[in-house]
Amino acid sequence: MANFLADNSDILFHLEHTDLARIADCLEDSYADAEKFDYAPANAAEAIEDYKRVLNVLGELAGDFIDPRAEDNDRTGNRIENNRVVRPVGMDEDLEALAQADLMGFTLPRKYGGLNFPNLIYTMATEIVSRADAALMNIFGLQGIAETINAFASDEIKDEYLPKFCEGQVTGAMVLTEPDAGSDLQAIKLKATQDENGQWLLNGVKRFITNGCGEVLLVLARSEPDRAGGLGLSLFICNFSDGVKLRRLEDKLGIHASPTCEMQFDDVPARLIGERQRGLVTYVMALMNGARIGIAAQSLGIAQAAYQAARAYAASRRQFEVAIEKLPAVADMLAKMNMDIQAARALAYESAFHVDLENSLLKKLEFGEEPQDKTLRKQMRQDARKLKRVNSLLTPMAKYICSEMCNRVAYDSIQVHGGSGFMRDYPVERYARDARITTIYEGTSQLQIVAAVRGVMSGTAQKRFDGFAQREYDGDLAPLAQKLAEVLPLFAQTTAFVKEQGTEYMDLHGRQIVDAATDIYMAYLLLNQARHSQEKLTVADRYILEVLPRVKYNCELITSGDRTSLDCFETLAGPVPTE
Amino acid sequence: MAFNSVVLVKQVPDTKNITGQAMLDDGTVNRAALPAIFNPEDLNALEAALALRQLCGGSVSVMTMGPPSACEVLRECLYRGADRVILITDRRAAASDTLSTSYILSCAVRQIPDVQLVFCGRQAIDGDTAQVGPQLAEKLNLPQVTYVEELIEASDSSLTLRRNLGDGYEIVKASPPLLMTIVDTANTPRPPAARKMLRYKRARGKTELQKEATEQYGKDAKEDIDRYVQQRSDQLSAKGLLIEQWDLDTVKADVTRCGRSGSPTKVHRIQSVVLTGTDHKRIEPTAQAIGELVHELIEDHTVG
Repeated sequence: MANFLADNSDILFHLEHTDLARIADCLEDSYADAEKFDYAPANAAEAIEDYKRVLNVLGELAGDFIDPRAEDNDRTGNRIENNRVVRPVGMDEDLEALAQADLMGFTLPRKYGGLNFPNLIYTMATEIVSRADAALMNIFGLQGIAETINAFASDEIKDEYLPKFCEGQVTGAMVLTEPDAGSDLQAIKLKATQDENGQWLLNGVKRFITNGCGEVLLVLARSEPDRAGGLGLSLFICNFSDGVKLRRLEDKLGIHASPTCEMQFDDVPARLIGERQRGLVTYVMALMNGARIGIAAQSLGIAQAAYQAARAYAASRRQFEVAIEKLPAVADMLAKMNMDIQAARALAYESAFHVDLENSLLKKLEFGEEPQDKTLRKQMRQDARKLKRVNSLLTPMAKYICSEMCNRVAYDSIQVHGGSGFMRDYPVERYARDARITTIYEGTSQLQIVAAVRGVMSGTAQKRFDGFAQREYDGDLAPLAQKLAEVLPLFAQTTAFVKEQGTEYMDLHGRQIVDAATDIYMAYLLLNQARHSQEKLTVADRYILEVLPRVKYNCELITSGDRTSLDCFETLAGPVPTE
Repeated sequence: MAFNSVVLVKQVPDTKNITGQAMLDDGTVNRAALPAIFNPEDLNALEAALALRQLCGGSVSVMTMGPPSACEVLRECLYRGADRVILITDRRAAASDTLSTSYILSCAVRQIPDVQLVFCGRQAIDGDTAQVGPQLAEKLNLPQVTYVEELIEASDSSLTLRRNLGDGYEIVKASPPLLMTIVDTANTPRPPAARKMLRYKRARGKTELQKEATEQYGKDAKEDIDRYVQQRSDQLSAKGLLIEQWDLDTVKADVTRCGRSGSPTKVHRIQSVVLTGTDHKRIEPTAQAIGELVHELIEDHTVG
């Protein structure tokens, strides 16, 4: 009887101390659905209770059902048979159970059968699923595809597809990457042409497509042959049909049960989503926040699984006549692992919270009745712009920090297990393999830094810090707040220095800049958590102790003016190896 | 090929998750120390009925006999897709043994027209008798297939079932109407469905409403209580959220056969086993140490 929600005191802490009523109010729009749908909440208190109920069901499903199947899913993997992917049996069972539990339309509107839950709760759900089976998350976590359809497709397409997603009858794939277009999606070549009847047809090759065998494909294609770059691309929807050839499945390091497909499109009929030329620049970009937070959540789940295993092993494994958790070096590793998870989780949930605020505001501005009051309208637009800036800082930060943290924790979990951790008898080697992709897909860490560093340099981070610093911190919190406040001027000087050096310098030191900003941000989040519990105070205290020298170290490096990685590249990197 | 099924379920104290002293000094079960749960194999029985409905159509009605709090397991059935749930509750049924319980349940099942299949869990974890299912079949004059582990085939005229006999299996073909008892290896019960759960979490039985009202108005405010119960029942009923409630009169039971008077079971002796041992013993992984352990266990009559 395992329950991956009930046994996770940190997620429960967030459920208790996050202002869920605020997002519920934003999302439910006066709770009007209560009149129309028998399962809609009538007020914020009920909405919050519903979130907890559903997460509890998922927690039990993850602990009792999904987790026990994960090892076999990993070992068995997928295979192609007659142009269809045969999944491991456990994966099919997992998906069936998730569909039976009505969990495949988490954030979709109720009129299509969805739960209309906030992104924050979906983020928690994604984390819980990933802890049980990181590969399953790659399908459970693809609900953003249905969200994209909901946000941008015609009513006809929405009515046709969204109920099927909610019922779990279909899964989807986001078909973007090509052999020559990975991080650089503007280089996409797959052709979309119209025949004499105006029917769109897709022709070309896609690669590294997660769940490319899914029934519903959203394909980014070049609809304007004469137009290079992003503005030549449009987004299309098509069914997986005989015209789609599964050329191969990738043989991967991790997430084995998640099929990664190479696909060829031969005259596949498709329908346009929204308007031409907006495929990449509007629709795919709109997916970005959700996609980043999704991987952040997946990373948290893997890290939690790896940590639990290490914690349990260190308590039971005896060497030198003591449980190894008593050995100082091991104790310190475990303490850091758990602290890092809590810090990263705080950041991920903070960003999911703000994405909820932004999305619901945008929905109101776009579809709702705009308030007649001009000042109110202006205020709403201003708030939306502000939230957009905050999220373009927070979501890449969260994706970067959570995925890097997850790799460290999985690595250390093997270390705590010693030789046993290296063996396939224990699940930790799987966690480490599954962790490895998280810093790569949905934008590498380096690309997250490119995005986040611009948010930092624009002053958005500093404004957030000032906001945190201005809050009141009493009692035990006061000296910690004081210490944090003391590094803020240093950080401000550092960013001012970078500004003078120009963009190239900023990107060269992007990692250090973002690390320093994220450290401060997470320290403030933990400090604010410490208002609610003594344990959290201990965590904040220790975390801030570690953060301050790290921020100073990074600031010193950043302000050194060092450009040798570029200026002396040949010397430092050495020559390109010859055959 | 659609079957109308009745599933019988029970709310039981969770003997697997004991949170304190499980037995009181007088030898009775300390219910406060044991959370109430859905009897595990009854969930398997429900799953078997729901899976068959998915395959062949028909309906799934669920009944439970118990105190008002047993509504909780009925809500769990609604979350998983039961079409109809009924609470059988009556003070006169208290202290019923398996004979009396199966009698009352047989009266209740007869109230539902055209039942083809009755599903029971093999046994409940509180009494572990495994008697109620078979006794019920006898009283309903139905053929019974116990220890069902798999439905191999379903047709209009018959079900082909595999029985797990512990030391082997048996495949039998039986024609509805019939009663089955289901074992825990038969299936993995489905999770609650979120939308149904968010809807039916509001479902209440009348006795639950009475309890709510008593807490609100005090037990002497009879008029207020009646008014409250009436009002809430009407509201819930209009939304399909009132859990049906039957008593011994509704099921047309002979009261002398119910409760204490209908229960010939006599408790001969109760043994309160208090576990005092807290120590553990380390056995080295050598042939000799293991040999000694086996010898000790045989001497103790723990094995062999």
